[in-house]
Amino acid sequence: MRFGRFITCCLAALSLVACREEEVVVPTEHELIPNLSTPFGAVEGMYLLNEGNMGSNKCTLDYLDFVQGYYVRNLYAERNPTVIKELGDVGNDIQIYGSRLYVVVNCSNKIEVLDAYTARRIGQIDIPNVRYVRFHRGFAYATSYVGPVQLNNPNAVRGAVYKIDTLTMKTVAKCTVGFQPDELCVLGQYIYVANSGGYMAPHYDNTVSVIEIEGFKQIEKIPVGINLHRIKADAEGKLWVNSRGDYQTTPSRLYVLAKKTGRNEMGVTDTLDIPCSNFCISGDSLYYYSTEWNNYTQSNTITYGIINTRTKQKVSSSFITDGTERNITIPYGINIHPETRDIYVTDAKNYVSSGVLHCYSKEGRLKWSRRTGDIPAHMVFLTQ
Amino acid sequence: MRFFYVFFFSLTLLTANHLSAQTMAPVDSLAPSKLELKLKEVVVRGERQEGAIPSQRLSGTELERLNSLNVADALRFFAGVQLKDYGGVGGIKTVNIRSMGTNHVGVFYDGIQLANAQNGQVDLGQFSLDNIQTISLYNGQKSEIFQSAKDFNSAGSIYMWTRRPVFEDGEHYHLKLKLRTGSFGLINPSLLVEQKLSDAVQASFSAEWVSSNGEYKFRYRRKGVMTDQIMYDTTAVRQNGDVRATRLEGALFGQFAGGKWMLKAYNYTSERGVPGAIVNNVWRRGERIWDNNSFLQGSIDKDVTERYHARLAAKYAYYLTKYVNKDTTVMMIDNVYRQKEFYLSTSHLYNVTRWWDVSVAYDVQWNEMDADMQGFVYPVRWHHFLSAATALHLGVLSVQGSVVYNHVDDRVRLAESPGARSVWTPAVFASITPLRHVGLSLRAFAKRSFRMPTFNDLYYAEIGNARLKPETVEQYNLGVAYKSKYHQQGVFTRLEMSLDGYRNFVTDKIVAYPKGAQFRWTMLNLGRVHITGVDATANLTLQPMRDFFVTARLQYTYQDAIDVTNHADTYYRDQIPYIPWHSGSAAVQLAWNGWALNYSFIYTGERYNQQENIIYNHTQPWYTHDISISKDFRLWKLRWRAQMEVNNLLAQDYDVILNYPMPQRNWRATLSVEI
Repeated sequence: MRFGRFITCCLAALSLVACREEEVVVPTEHELIPNLSTPFGAVEGMYLLNEGNMGSNKCTLDYLDFVQGYYVRNLYAERNPTVIKELGDVGNDIQIYGSRLYVVVNCSNKIEVLDAYTARRIGQIDIPNVRYVRFHRGFAYATSYVGPVQLNNPNAVRGAVYKIDTLTMKTVAKCTVGFQPDELCVLGQYIYVANSGGYMAPHYDNTVSVIEIEGFKQIEKIPVGINLHRIKADAEGKLWVNSRGDYQTTPSRLYVLAKKTGRNEMGVTDTLDIPCSNFCISGDSLYYYSTEWNNYTQSNTITYGIINTRTKQKVSSSFITDGTERNITIPYGINIHPETRDIYVTDAKNYVSSGVLHCYSKEGRLKWSRRTGDIPAHMVFLTQ
Repeated sequence: MRFFYVFFFSLTLLTANHLSAQTMAPVDSLAPSKLELKLKEVVVRGERQEGAIPSQRLSGTELERLNSLNVADALRFFAGVQLKDYGGVGGIKTVNIRSMGTNHVGVFYDGIQLANAQNGQVDLGQFSLDNIQTISLYNGQKSEIFQSAKDFNSAGSIYMWTRRPVFEDGEHYHLKLKLRTGSFGLINPSLLVEQKLSDAVQASFSAEWVSSNGEYKFRYRRKGVMTDQIMYDTTAVRQNGDVRATRLEGALFGQFAGGKWMLKAYNYTSERGVPGAIVNNVWRRGERIWDNNSFLQGSIDKDVTERYHARLAAKYAYYLTKYVNKDTTVMMIDNVYRQKEFYLSTSHLYNVTRWWDVSVAYDVQWNEMDADMQGFVYPVRWHHFLSAATALHLGVLSVQGSVVYNHVDDRVRLAESPGARSVWTPAVFASITPLRHVGLSLRAFAKRSFRMPTFNDLYYAEIGNARLKPETVEQYNLGVAYKSKYHQQGVFTRLEMSLDGYRNFVTDKIVAYPKGAQFRWTMLNLGRVHITGVDATANLTLQPMRDFFVTARLQYTYQDAIDVTNHADTYYRDQIPYIPWHSGSAAVQLAWNGWALNYSFIYTGERYNQQENIIYNHTQPWYTHDISISKDFRLWKLRWRAQMEVNNLLAQDYDVILNYPMPQRNWRATLSVEI
């Protein structure tokens, strides 16, 4: 073996080429960000989850350190070097509950549970085709496309919400919902789930499932629009839901769900004539962007804006005011710093190369940009 | 060139049935095995005139001993070729010549192109070497001018020639049985029958069955950044890589006064698992593919007058692929794709003078595709090819020029049909042999070629973009070759060397581009790639003792293939994915008294698995050592050969494609008998 390697290396050296080396744990990179450090704030940092292209196993975790003023790229493998094949394939959501960080890795069929302050691994929860996770009173609730799902088959098996005990990290119950459920939102005594039906195209699902938490049963399905994706609650207890549309004749839309006067059931009260790919609510402001392919010009039409959640009116048609939005190829993630109101927008570029994280001041001016992993998408702030 | 044709046709007239094989399938003059064959073949091959730029070629016994199970394995020994191998017997294997992309490679089976209108790629792992006599690789194009218009069309071409019956006086049939077994549960019996039906007609029938469970161990191992501590070291078994395939092939060969004809029927059926990427927490997948590929092809050559030669060729092909995903964690898929192809070609060569030939060829191809997918547009394509070529032989200088006109018209249902596309592509080849007695020659070519967007590029649901233009490539090549005389006496028998430098420019490269919200794509003519490369080859034959031959075959390839699409890209001027800067191979064969020992070494240098040349995309070099030993012997008046191979002798754990682990040490044993 040793001799063979020697011979090989001699041969290789003769032709001026390199020999194979032992594979090393994927290293972490640190980059200083001047003037980032905010030592008196409650927000210590922000985790950014890079999805990674399907099959590449390049879901990676980056960290923005507000205390030290660093951008830390790809820290999972170095913090957890013994985990075989690292974080996994296609990240889809990241949340903090208590002192733990929950990373949803869609194509690795798991939720990775880490210590939120050290990013060291505590365990994993195996859930097939898991999408998003939210929490309520010691339990995690995660949507899953489950399966078996049969294409275009009306009797196809529906998706489910898994109920997980966060202490034991075990699934304790499952509740069937609509087809290919995506984001979910805990509001009061209910969980609201946006069903997409993405595998059923063109027969998309169009409902929001309502689960009563106590009995963990789906009690209602509210018709909203086709191919729903995200669902978030505002300060007034209204739900904001976006639809992807069918990418052809039915465009993407933003819907508002609220309780009708004197009733307990939610229903669609407004359909905003605004295409919306992703959004984030901070105070009374809903920041959104939309990317739509225009077949005629063979390019993407990208729009940004702010909606006042009380008046449901568009108050700004761009939250980036210095013209730097031109540098964004495909906006893919958005979040707002809870204290400084800085706006974080990620650019996924061509999906198979490093993305970029842009930080804008609340006035919409670019403060800095940093290279991320592949398909930067989901952000969560870590507070003390 | 002309010399060759005159030679070819005159011999065809004289001893038609003896020579049909050599003339159709050019065979390497170098292999020692050939020297063991009948003297007249050696003479014929030695005298054969090469085209302006000769091919790289592997054939006969040399090919059999090269530790290769399929055509893709054998192509690793050619300079300028990069193989994409997803691992195992059933894993997809495609090649890329000089970094221009798989879709620019024309693959020809017995002289007629194997096309795949759906994705433009031919899985060379499906072609076993069992009945392949010769594989040749041409950069630019096969530098003959008496050929179909399609032969002029690709940026680079691979020709696979199957064995053709050649009978000695008094022989009426041949029978060859072969059984191969080895790692991955491989069982591979095959049969070849050749029958002389009359003085003018021969028949051959070949059948093969391959079965493999596709299971092999692979290992992932990482050590600490600063320490030598092993962080993880895991060995697992590759799952869902099983394959079962049957190949049936029947052919008739005929000769008549001033011409010859052939007719071939081919069928390949297979069922295989798609092993898929190994990612965290996923060690097994459920995709399966069924293939049923058939074609019928025929050709007829006729010397109409002493100066005018014509060829007619036709093909009908039917390809069925069924793709099923049974993995319940992802989207269930159950789709059937059907492709039909009809192809007709006429080629005409006219010898104007002793030193000037002209040719013209017209081909037409019809493709239809059908799939039971939602929103499928049922494309039909009419593709017309018209070529004109000329060859001049002015003493030490040979010049060839060709031009191909392509007219492509697609029709689709349920959507707007894109307009017809027309493309002109010229090529010029020249070679000069200033010192014929030394065997030194210089050669150069310049060629523009293109690839049509495939049906997937144009019409695949959501992703396809009907407005795509063809992707074009310009190639400029300059080279020098040395070929020593063939010495029948003495230690030194023959030496051949070549060195080529080239620059290729790919424009309007068809790349996937993010489309709209979410993780969706479309195809755009966005990419530009500049390629600078060097191919070097050396073939040496020695005869240190009587009946003891040593053959060495070396090749080295340097590729600098950079993405120059856009200054603003983070990967601007970075090496494109999966193209190593350095790669090469070495094969040494020792042959003595029926024994043969083969050692081969294959090296692929460091490269990147995505566009950006950053540490997270870095892929380590890999190299394998393979050994085989074989013995020819006579028993019960039959000719036998036993062969034992060990591949990846040092059990290197490597991926050619990220997350597709390759097998560790594995072996094969072959026993064949000929009557």
